[in-house]
Formats: sequence, C-alpha cells, structure tokens
Amino acid sequence: MSGVFLEVKDLYMYYRTTMGSLKAVDGVSFSLDRGETLALIGESGCGKSSLAKSLIRLLPRNVEVFRGHIYLDGEDLMEMDEDQFRRTVQWQRISMVAQAALNSLNPVIRVGEQVAEPLIVHKGISKEEALKKAREAFSLVGIPDAFIDRYPFELSGGMRQRAIIAMALIMNPEIIILDEPTSALDVLTQANIMNLLKKIKAESSISFILITHDVGLSSELADKIAVMYAGQIVELNDAEGFYSSPLHPYSQKLMASVPTLRMDRTPEYIPGSPISLINPPEGCRFADRCQHKMPVCSKDPPLVHLGEERFVKCWLYAK
Amino acid sequence: MLVIREVIEMDEDALLVLKDLRKWYKIKKGMFGGTEFVRAVDGVSFSLRRGEAISLVGESGSGKTTLGRTILGLEHPTGGKIFFEGRDITEMKPKDMAWYRRQTGFVQQDPFGALPPFMTVMRILEEPLIINKIEKKERRERIYKALSEVRLTPVEDYLKKYPHMLSGGQQQRLVIARAIILNPKLIIADEPVSMLDASVRIEILTLLRELQRRHNLSIIYITHDLSTTRYFSEWIYVMYAGKIIEKGLTGELLKNPLHPYTKSLLQAIPDPDAKNRFVIREIPPGEPPSLVNPPSGCRFHPRCIYAKRGLCNVKEPPEFEVEKDHLVSCWLYADSEE
Repeated sequence: MSGVFLEVKDLYMYYRTTMGSLKAVDGVSFSLDRGETLALIGESGCGKSSLAKSLIRLLPRNVEVFRGHIYLDGEDLMEMDEDQFRRTVQWQRISMVAQAALNSLNPVIRVGEQVAEPLIVHKGISKEEALKKAREAFSLVGIPDAFIDRYPFELSGGMRQRAIIAMALIMNPEIIILDEPTSALDVLTQANIMNLLKKIKAESSISFILITHDVGLSSELADKIAVMYAGQIVELNDAEGFYSSPLHPYSQKLMASVPTLRMDRTPEYIPGSPISLINPPEGCRFADRCQHKMPVCSKDPPLVHLGEERFVKCWLYAK
Repeated sequence: MLVIREVIEMDEDALLVLKDLRKWYKIKKGMFGGTEFVRAVDGVSFSLRRGEAISLVGESGSGKTTLGRTILGLEHPTGGKIFFEGRDITEMKPKDMAWYRRQTGFVQQDPFGALPPFMTVMRILEEPLIINKIEKKERRERIYKALSEVRLTPVEDYLKKYPHMLSGGQQQRLVIARAIILNPKLIIADEPVSMLDASVRIEILTLLRELQRRHNLSIIYITHDLSTTRYFSEWIYVMYAGKIIEKGLTGELLKNPLHPYTKSLLQAIPDPDAKNRFVIREIPPGEPPSLVNPPSGCRFHPRCIYAKRGLCNVKEPPEFEVEKDHLVSCWLYADSEE
C-alpha cells in the first residue's frame, strides 16, 4: 500500500504554434502514493489540463516536445511506444474523467453498453459478462439498475456524470484523473458527486489526480496539492499545510481570492495577468505580479524542499 | 398563528416592483395532447430599492435567467406586473419601451458571445449612443468616461482593439462599460463571472460594487454561487423551481438560513479546509423538478427531509416573515411570529 507509486520527473510538453513553441508543461516533477489524491490547481491556461493529457498520453498532433520520466510502479512509461502504452496503460491503469464530460457520451447508444464497451474492446470479455460488470459499476456510483438500458438524454446531468465515472472505474484503473469533474454541474449535484468520490476513495486504493481551478472544491478530496503557474509547479504541499498557510506568494494570493461563506474576510483579486507560455521570461514567472519581488527574482528560482513531500519554487525560501 | 406579510408595500424608494410575475412557455405535447406550459417563472413578487443590490441565487432551471430577461423586457410576461419608477412596464407602448431600455443595462454570462467580433471597442460602445441619437462630441466623452470607469485605461490603447484581443476579464469590463454608457438606473448581471477565473471574478464583482455605490445603481446579480454573494449584495433571494423561496439580508441569510433548500445549498459549498475530505455532506437526493409538472404543494417537498405528508405535498406555503426582513416560504415556520 505504501511507497511512491507514481513519480513524474522533469516532464516537458510543448505545443508547436505559429507564434513559436508554447511551453504548457515546463519541467514538472511530483509523486503520488497509492490511494492518495493530488489536487492540481491553477488558473486557466496554466497547463494543468496539458499535464493531465501528458500523463494519459491523449496528446494533440501539434506536440513539439514531450520528454521526461513518468514512473508507474517503478516502470518508466515514457519508454513505451504508442502501441504498448495504448494496450497496457491508457484507460486501463490510468483513466480519466475529462472536462465537459457530460457531452462525451454517445447519444444513440444505451449508457450501459457505453460503460461496458471498454471491457469488450480491451479485455475481449463477452457482451453479457461486460454488461454484468457495468451493472456492478452502476451500483457502485449510485445509478439505479433500470438506467442501464436508457439513452444519455434520458439521464439528468448528475446521473450522466455518474455514468462517466462508472466508465472510468470499469477497467479497475490504479489512477483516475478527474479534470474539472463537476464544473458543469449544479451546486447540490456537485456535492453529491464529491460525496461519491470520497466514498470511492475511502473504499479503494485508487489514486486520484483532481484538476480544478476551484480551491474550495479541491479541499473536498485532496491529500496534497500542487499549485501550477505558467507551466510549472510552484508549490507542492500537504492539505493541512496548504489550506492553513500556503507557501508560494502566488498560492497565498490564490487563497486570498477565494470567496468564503463562513470566514469573515473580503476576497482580493490578483492584479495583472499570467505571462504568455510562448517565450516565458527567464527567472520567476510570477515576479511581475508578486509583492515580494526582489532583484534575484530575475533568475530562475530553485525548488526549495521543506520536508519530504513539500517544496516551493521561490527565492523567499532559498537560504 | 400565521403571519403573512402583504406581498408588496409600495416603497417610496422602490425602483422596481414585481407583482406575482409569471413567465410560462407553451410547449406542444404529442399529436393530440393539448398544450402544456413550462412554468419558468411562477409568481414572483419583490421590490428593489434604488442603490441596492440583490443576489438572485438558484440552480440551473430555477428560472432565474428567465426572470432577469422578463424584467429587462426581453420576454413578455404571461401574468403579473412589473413597475419601474411606478410605471407599468408590461403595458408599455414601444416608444416608452425605448425609454425603459435606456434605464436598464444587461451584463451577460459569456462576454465574448455578447460582443460583436467584427466591431472595435470604440464602435461597440458607440452603437447604443448612435441609436439614442447622441451627438458625436458627447459620444466621445461618454465612451472615454465609461472605459475609465471600468478601468480599461489608457483609453486610447483599447479603442481600436477587437474583442478577441482582450482577455476574458477585459471583455467583461467592456460589456459592463456598454451596460452603463446610457447611465441606467438598473443593471441585471446574469452570471457575469462564472466563465472567468477565480482571481478575475473578484475583480469584476468589486468593479460592479464600486459602480453601484458611485452611481446609486440598483443591481440584480443572478448567480448559482452563494459564496460570491456575500460581499456584493445587500439582499439574497433564493429561487427554486420558478419561485423565490427565501429572502433575507445577505449577512443574516448566510448566518441563519431558514428554508431546508437554502440550508443544503450552504452546506454544499466548501470553504478551503483540509478537514473537508473526511466529511460526507448531507445533501438532499434527486434533482430540481420539472417545470412542466411541478410537484403539488411546496415544490421542494419531494426532496425535503422535513416534509410533512398531508401538508407540504398538498398546500403551497405562503411567505412567512420569521424575522424582520427575513422571509421564507416553508410550512416549518407557520407558527413563527414576527
């Protein structure tokens, strides 16, 4: 159960664009244990979805650079060719609930069959057997049995999202990436889905990577948090440390921008906007928006490790 | 003992008064079946004072957007009345409607969709001024003033830009500039920040709040997100299935929610806290009801853990004033006195 299960080391993923290469993932490292949940948070365009796509290798054609190491249980997935990765890892060991997943169901196929399909395709199981498994997955995510024969339009948003989670679960993956899993859902439906994910998390040893821009929502699941800014992880922290006292100046600003219901403080916004990922400047990428900016910030800040599982990329913490 | 407040008292300061407003959409049911109605807004009454902001909170399908559009005159109400400065909007002639449109501004959810992509910032802001026959010299002054107010400065840098050259936050500020350029008295902002990043959201809401105070504007802020209402409105009205089920002053309602639905909405929203991941939240099962055949009695009763059979599923609850300025439509409060 213990020990580093997923280790990402110096991962780079650049897109080719007409303006030059866009450095969406620019030297990212982190690790994840079995049964642990990492929340990847940051503003839109910071590269968090690109990082997720790199992990499950659902990359578009205009990828220019894709290198680094992704060790899953000690084996470097980056050494695998496309075919091997697709046969053995994609959707099977690492699966994903994509953003805007509500529209990802095929409208003319019954939901039960859609959920069962990966078993038939990847594992060669008979249709009856696969549908039986789908039924089990449905009961796990709280979809009534009768819904298995229905079409997606007959299901509410919350039920469709449950079906998609069932689909991500059906191959018994070891890691599930949740990319903004509830962003299209209503407040109460979102809370119901988070309850479901908490239950799955408690009852299985699946590791989750939760991608969200919603700091409050991230605390519903995260054991640890990686804050991404302009293609880089600027802070990795455990939940207890992060939600009470974030380290990086950007994390602090991000936390201060969260409107809260129960705490009495006025939320503040972060002045300025993130830098372009095409030709980002040398040095700290947050410097122009940072109130602690120092001359040394024009040089790339080091990763300062504060304990085994915590680091911050900021000169303030460098000795 | 029942204490039912008279729905509307004509307030001196009231800018906008709604009386039992309804907006039903007709739908055809099968070949022989008659017509049915989607009751998007089904009996909404309130008054909005000058210079005050209301947050209209509800989930998707609660009718909040339709209510906003009906108030703006973009939808014709099926029943009920809308009074603006004492004048009945629902019976207005087209000429007077033009007057009313000048008094109201609209800020939509998707700023990019709301801005014509082929027009420059200058042209976008000039359009409503031309329509309202404002002279060229004054047009220029007003455009400069509006852009400075939303802090798209220096103004010259923005005038020649097209919407796609602006960031999401800047686009939304441009939409706000357009909404205020005719000096309206009422702004309806429908989910103005839900498509923006968290840090930008606060910036836009702060800006709306500043404009409200500076110009004594009334604002109806339509949102699904209770957590953003706290610092940006005087009142919170909670909408469920076409009706407003709870009204209260912002601080009071958030501290002491009365309606079981409002309680679970508050319960569902996490503030950042490492303990959250160990907590299973108590959330009512199910989804908001169909607006074609809404449940009898209280529309929340099928999902409500306090529902009393023979009462909640039969009789629609009236509005009880539990405390001063805190009203709720729920039978649990039938015995409360003022």
